[in-house]
Amino acid sequence: MDSWNTKLCRKLKPHPSKVHEKFHKDIENLGRRTRNTIFTILPLIVLSSRRREDFLKTAPFEPEGLHSGHVLVFLTSFSPPRCSVVSSVTLLYSSSVVSSILLYCSEAHQTKWYFLNSLLFYWILFPGLGYRMMDSENQGFEAAQLYSSRDEMENLVLKEPLSSKSFSNYRSAMSSLSDSHHPLAPPTILTPADSDPLLSPPLDRDLRKPNASDHFISEPLHFSDLSFGPVDGNHVTDVNGVESPSKSSVSSGGLSRSSSSNSDYIRITVSNPQKEQDVSNSIVPGGNSYVTYLITTRTNIPEFGGSEFSVRRRFKDVVTLSERLAESYRGFFIPPRPDKSVVEGQVMQKQEFVEQRRVALEKYLRKLAGHPVIRKSDEFKVFLQVQGRLPLPTTTDVASRMFDGAVNLPKQLLNESAMEPQEVVQPAKGGRDLLRLFKELKQSVTNDWGSSKPPVVEEDKEFLEKKEKLRDFEQQLSATSQQAESLVKAQQDMAETFGELGLTLIKLTKFENEEAVFNCQRVCANDTKNIATAAVKASRLYRELNAQTVKHLDVLHDYLGLMLAVHGAFSERSSALLTEQTLLSDLSSLHTRAEKLEAASSKVFGGDKSRIQKLEQLKETIRTTEDAKNVAVREYERIKENNRSELERFDRERQADFLSMLKGFVTNQVGYAEKISDVWAKVAEETSNYSKESN
Amino acid sequence: MEQERSLPGSSLSPRSPSSQPYLSVSVTDPVKLGNGVQAYISYRVITKTNFPEYQGPEKIVIRRYNDFVWLHDRLFEKYKGIFIPSLPEKNAVEKFRFSAEFIEMRRQALDIFVNRIASHHELQKSEDLRTFLQAEEETMERLRSHDSGIFKKKPADLMQIFKDVQSKVSDIVLGKEKPVEESNPEYEKLKHYIFELENHLTEAQKHAYRLVKRHRELGQALSDFGKAAKLLGACEENAVGKGFSEMGAKSEMLSVKLQKEAHQLLMNFEEPLKDYVRTVQSIKATIAERANAFRQQCELAETTRLKEINLDKLMLMRSDKASEAEVEYKELKAASEEATKRFETIVALMNQETVRFQEQKTLDVGLAFHEFAKGQARLANGVADAWRSLLPKLEALSVS
Repeated sequence: MDSWNTKLCRKLKPHPSKVHEKFHKDIENLGRRTRNTIFTILPLIVLSSRRREDFLKTAPFEPEGLHSGHVLVFLTSFSPPRCSVVSSVTLLYSSSVVSSILLYCSEAHQTKWYFLNSLLFYWILFPGLGYRMMDSENQGFEAAQLYSSRDEMENLVLKEPLSSKSFSNYRSAMSSLSDSHHPLAPPTILTPADSDPLLSPPLDRDLRKPNASDHFISEPLHFSDLSFGPVDGNHVTDVNGVESPSKSSVSSGGLSRSSSSNSDYIRITVSNPQKEQDVSNSIVPGGNSYVTYLITTRTNIPEFGGSEFSVRRRFKDVVTLSERLAESYRGFFIPPRPDKSVVEGQVMQKQEFVEQRRVALEKYLRKLAGHPVIRKSDEFKVFLQVQGRLPLPTTTDVASRMFDGAVNLPKQLLNESAMEPQEVVQPAKGGRDLLRLFKELKQSVTNDWGSSKPPVVEEDKEFLEKKEKLRDFEQQLSATSQQAESLVKAQQDMAETFGELGLTLIKLTKFENEEAVFNCQRVCANDTKNIATAAVKASRLYRELNAQTVKHLDVLHDYLGLMLAVHGAFSERSSALLTEQTLLSDLSSLHTRAEKLEAASSKVFGGDKSRIQKLEQLKETIRTTEDAKNVAVREYERIKENNRSELERFDRERQADFLSMLKGFVTNQVGYAEKISDVWAKVAEETSNYSKESN
Repeated sequence: MEQERSLPGSSLSPRSPSSQPYLSVSVTDPVKLGNGVQAYISYRVITKTNFPEYQGPEKIVIRRYNDFVWLHDRLFEKYKGIFIPSLPEKNAVEKFRFSAEFIEMRRQALDIFVNRIASHHELQKSEDLRTFLQAEEETMERLRSHDSGIFKKKPADLMQIFKDVQSKVSDIVLGKEKPVEESNPEYEKLKHYIFELENHLTEAQKHAYRLVKRHRELGQALSDFGKAAKLLGACEENAVGKGFSEMGAKSEMLSVKLQKEAHQLLMNFEEPLKDYVRTVQSIKATIAERANAFRQQCELAETTRLKEINLDKLMLMRSDKASEAEVEYKELKAASEEATKRFETIVALMNQETVRFQEQKTLDVGLAFHEFAKGQARLANGVADAWRSLLPKLEALSVS
């Protein structure tokens, strides 16, 4: 998990002010305390001046120049063992409905801060989140907090003039805040505004000063940093011209199996990055150029209707693809998309960055191609095949959705209309269906805190056990992956030290030869040369060994990434369940109301016209809700089934991948150890005249 | 351990009794004595010899580090021009002073030190060595505390440096030109060689030490990785779980091997290199002595020359001081000749010693290299074997 953290943490940039130093330190400590924590960056929106005051009251630092409408970026952390929130968060992350929360907690303010501020934003931004992140000892207090802040929230929602006017106010506030980015583009939320000390300074600062002693950026040696071999992985060129011992082992993609059945294959390469100008989007200075990549596919799967084709796509298209897949394939373990890694325009065009992204994209697409369902999906096919602009509709980003929702809220409130059946198959999203969001939220609160049992609960014992097991697995996997990185680093250091020693001895050889007066000095120089050569060879072998080790052990890392997808699929399941629960409790309250009305109207002889009309309306609502419920039930069942089949596949493939990783790792170790042993045995033989035994 | 260790310094000293004259010493059984700051390590020094000057064929005495220092300083004073074997460093970081590894490293270094003396054709005849090897502990202690005052080498050096500066300054002031430095190209070359060699060896030793550390780190990393893999294996039910457990167990086993090999590397490669750094440093001390002797010789020759001129003058003037001056002159002349002889002895000895040093170095460094290569081959072989033995198991697992 660490590398996830660091990757994400890099987005949070240091600020010169002391306040920020403290802030960073605290976050760092937080990271240390919760090893297996997922950090996500969240755009936190200070909606009103009242919010702002709350914020100021509880913020452990002085946020100068903070105005309503400012977007704050905070780091959020959830410790998986203690809260159920993680899966929802990661789900949101993966379906890129922007990510979650996390709030700055300083030791003293932690609880308060959480609830006065963050929860509200949760409610607005995120559907169906449970609140188990609180310490159980404090439940009473927190529950009170929870409800009080919920009241606040309701007040806010209802009293806030959520007209399009306030929306446009917000927009203009955003634009004036920083005119360098489009207010609704989530990535640019991370772009700094110089006027706001709370917003992080530009990332390119880091890039300009790569050696800045910033504790955040001191990233641990990462697997992918160490690949010396060709990117394509399968083939290893050996200095000695001998076949590398690991040639037959797993491919570089790790998880990108070429096909599930032997005959089918999809081979994807990403190449030839090109800079392009975007004419339509000139609002964003510096952001009007982007990079496209040539994506070439070779396949023999008939559904593709062709064996070789290539398209140009930009990263944004990949984001769209991943979002569409997340929406269409709920409950599947969809390989996680490479990070957005928001950077300034100039950096974006740097060779290194583009190459990194190219490799990441290729890996990602190959993983998708390895998924038995995704590989045949329309979305994937369209992405790989259709020329020109990607025809997949982009999902609107969360900010606009949220404000659309806010604008529509009064209408929704007035109508009290039930959801359209087709909509319930999607999780509630902040905005479009704000009302539903609140309802589901309320339901989940009731589930957690209320005395009444929800009508439907997760009762698949097997599934729950499996989930528990996977949690253990993930923890051990994370630990092993971390240790694997240390191992790789130790091997790397070994290689380097052998190299340095060899170099020093070569210098010594030269020196002795130049200065030689006596013959024995030349003998000594020659011995030194032999050892030096061996040390240099050993260094090279260790280096190659390490490059291969990285490739093999990368499987661990890949699976760690896949665990995110698993979490995502599981939380799709629980959010579908939540939708079902909400609809069921809606139904029951509707029925109660209908009964009451019926009872009341039956008392009036001849019937009360308005009541009968109301009753009719109510019955209509019940019918649509019933339909929605049925759809929701089916959706839940479908996701359950997807979960089940994916779990089976996950187990099966993991077995195969891990076994082949183990074999590859061990074979590689044997092969290089043998070579290293040969090198030294030869020198030991050459110097054997010095050994005591020969005297 | 004891049997495996190599003794580069003693490779020339025959340890087995024969009709040939022999003198062999071993330093063993380090024991910690005393408490707190007073604490020290004492060693058992066992001498086996057939030298007639010695009391008997075998003698065991108890010595501490300071006794070795005493022996070294005595020899250094008495055998100018000879490269006196070097001692391990006096100061150790307090934390490690009594660590098993440090004690063992020092014991080995002291063993090499005393055996180098015992096998040196001149030094082995030294009376001080005899005393060191045979005297009762009380006698040794008395000698050591008595001499430690006289043989304060460091202040003497400082005084000499001070005098050098003074004389140089006065030379300039008086406009005198005295050759205070030898300008012999061969000697210049030797000096240059020794100074450069020290740098090279220091660097090599530094990397060797780092390599020892790397072995330990890799060992640690393997062990941690192995533990994590075993835990991960426990989460997985079937074949994969077993595979991880097996690999974890092997990793841990290999970790032990690496730690052992790291120790071997330290004792058989890094320490000999460090020993040579010290040896080169002790040659530098001899070079300083030679420079001193040369300076003395020059100064005395100059003074004598002046005295001679003065005497000639007095003789011409038939001064009554002439006879007095003549006595003085003769004394000076004798001293000057003495100094010249002393210097020449040093030069001759150094030439001999340089040859001996180079030969010895070739052998000792060669042995260190051999041990290094052997150790690495042994390690890599062990690693290959261990992993190889895992392959059939993994193969069987993936079939099942």
